[in-house]
Amino acid sequence: MDFVNAIILLLNYIFIPALTYGSQLALGAIFVTLIYGILRFANFATGDMMSFGTMMTILFTWYFQSLGVSLGVLPTALLAIPFGIIFMIFYMLLIDKFVFKYYRNQKSPPVQFAMVSIGVMFVTQAVVRIIIGPGDRRFFDGEKFIIKAREFKEMTGLNEGLALKSTQVITIFVTIVLVSLLFWFLNRTKTGKSMKAYSDNEDLALLSGIDPKKIVLVTWVIAGILATIGGALYGLDKSFKPFTYFNNMLPIFAAAIVGGIGNPFGAFLGGYVIAFSEILLTYAYKKFFMYILPESMEPSSLVQLLSTDYKFAVSFSILVIVLIYRPSGIFKGKVL
Amino acid sequence: MMVLILMVGIFQSWNIALSIFNLCLISAVMTMGANIQWGYAGLINFGIMGYTALGGLAAVLISVDPVQEAWRAGGFDILMSLWLIVVMVLVIRFVLKRFEKSKIRTYCIAAIIISGILLIRFSAEPGIEAIEAVDPAKTGFLGGFGLPIIFSWIVGALFAGGLAFIVGKVALGLRADYLAIATLLISEIVIAIIKHEDWLTRGVKNVIGLKRPAPYEVDLQTTDWFIKLVEKFNSGKLSVIENLADRQAALNQLVIEGSSVFVKLCYSGLFLVVVIILLILTQKALYSPWGRMMRAIRDNEEAANAMGKNVVKQHLLIFILGSAIVGIAGAMLVTQDGLFTPGSYRPMRYTFLIWVMVIVGGSGNNFGAILGGFVVWFLWIEAAPISLFLINFFTAGIPETNALKAHLIESVPYFRFLLMGLGLLFIMRYRPKGILPEKIEIK
Repeated sequence: MDFVNAIILLLNYIFIPALTYGSQLALGAIFVTLIYGILRFANFATGDMMSFGTMMTILFTWYFQSLGVSLGVLPTALLAIPFGIIFMIFYMLLIDKFVFKYYRNQKSPPVQFAMVSIGVMFVTQAVVRIIIGPGDRRFFDGEKFIIKAREFKEMTGLNEGLALKSTQVITIFVTIVLVSLLFWFLNRTKTGKSMKAYSDNEDLALLSGIDPKKIVLVTWVIAGILATIGGALYGLDKSFKPFTYFNNMLPIFAAAIVGGIGNPFGAFLGGYVIAFSEILLTYAYKKFFMYILPESMEPSSLVQLLSTDYKFAVSFSILVIVLIYRPSGIFKGKVL
Repeated sequence: MMVLILMVGIFQSWNIALSIFNLCLISAVMTMGANIQWGYAGLINFGIMGYTALGGLAAVLISVDPVQEAWRAGGFDILMSLWLIVVMVLVIRFVLKRFEKSKIRTYCIAAIIISGILLIRFSAEPGIEAIEAVDPAKTGFLGGFGLPIIFSWIVGALFAGGLAFIVGKVALGLRADYLAIATLLISEIVIAIIKHEDWLTRGVKNVIGLKRPAPYEVDLQTTDWFIKLVEKFNSGKLSVIENLADRQAALNQLVIEGSSVFVKLCYSGLFLVVVIILLILTQKALYSPWGRMMRAIRDNEEAANAMGKNVVKQHLLIFILGSAIVGIAGAMLVTQDGLFTPGSYRPMRYTFLIWVMVIVGGSGNNFGAILGGFVVWFLWIEAAPISLFLINFFTAGIPETNALKAHLIESVPYFRFLLMGLGLLFIMRYRPKGILPEKIEIK
């Protein structure tokens, strides 16, 4: 019985939260990796672009709520996401046309692109804060829990409860669907394959008649979808605050590089690597050991490897280690 | 630029003008540091925030009086942990030198590091808890050395340079955009450590009331020579007032205002000295054979390597130099504020804004760096009043109660981000070398 309790404890506090957080990071990381692989620059505006998409989603959620439209037990935001995506793509294409296109035609070095993306970051941050303000916004409605901790305890008669939030299930479910669709698109359709070819060798791709304009357009469309959904899911699960989104850029970068930048599958897994290591290393295992060890060997301290304050530092340290020992990432990067 | 600051002095107040001027000087120092790395050598460093914070930490550690009780409570444990770290580094060095490169060696080093960290963590914990328990509302940390705060400017440079040495050894081999990300993340780690190691830095509880190199306003207001000075400066204004009591009251008011201006002027003088010394040194370096070699490395690394220049070593050197200058600026900043708030170090303000300064001012040109620091900081501060004025101007016909107008006026502080972003984008597009482009004259 104690053993089952210990498993439930780990599920509740480590496995499910890490899986959710990892999915959110994974979507962002694929976004970074696609931009890096095809447009060839590190996009420092990642977090702020995600917050722009989320802001649009929130605005539409409020609009639907004022109309009285809802999805019942599901959050209204799910209905608003497609509209958010449309605005996000529109904004990205606008920026691409006025900012990035010029440097692409000039064949500027990646560093210059990165600098320009910092300008975009400043502008996007201003736009988001001017429209919706810097405060904390919650836009979740509908049923909050699928399984409540107390109900679970009563049902199974265990000491430990398992709480399952609906946002967690939605996040994981949406991520799986979206990522499978994306991989199907990249590996099976003609456009996806031409994107791969373009990422692999630009000149050769151009020679074989691939239209670069179309590739760039499709990339921004996919990026817009990923950014909005990733951002909205994060906002639903936690809350929306522009500054948090800016900070989330850092673990997202870490995930993309750990997985091998330019490699979407690596980025997908990288998200989970970062999320799991953050949570595993900062969790206090005292209760877990109390269940599995005999009473005489119970630990007196919290058995925490690192205090939770260092959550971000964990992912960054992993990244630094990966960068030094395997700069191409766990899965060889730079090929889509 | 000076005219603009003078205008602020005349229209807003001399106090505001001088505090903008002082921060402009500090920004100029930071920008010079970043400019050395980016403009001379083409190294991208997004970790400026980390070095600034280390400089600030130096100011705290140098100037605060040691907390005797805390040393008694946990000093021994902390010193033991320091020894353990030294021993760990020595052991790793020994392993690296003694054995051939192999998988087993890598795993061994990893095992040494992990077990070392665990050992240090568990051995230092009682000491840390004891230190943090010593009068937590006032101290709760080890304190510093109780020296004059000016020394911290040098020590800040040493701290920042030391960190740059470690970061450079680890990360400088990376490609430019990876290096940018790595340095950004390392600076975040540094901030996390400063924020949460309360025994060293008091963390988010902040350190306030640091010693000053300049006199205190309260003391000045009671000093005779200062009152006479103020009287002399304002004799015309004062002689107009007939009533003696009124004149005395006016004089008192002027003395209070004058004292804070005087203190700010003291800081300006100190900062100006630093800026001028750094400017002379960097200009000398730029035109020296060493500067030429740096440019050669920047423009064609392989050719420079083929000519027998040690690229790796020079990159490391310039990375340390630039970061040390940023460290000086960090210590200057804390000296001016008189307080150390780890929570206020954010990448927007301390990394990306400095980069905007470098790019706008003109990379590779020291005067450009200073100009960038001045222009960008001035706009950053004055963006809110300017945009408020513009909003009021364009919406003059709309009533005050209009929701859109009220919303816009409420969000005035965020227009500075817009201004910075647009400024950066326009400069990058139409004047990619900055306002004052790099000029190389071979004499």
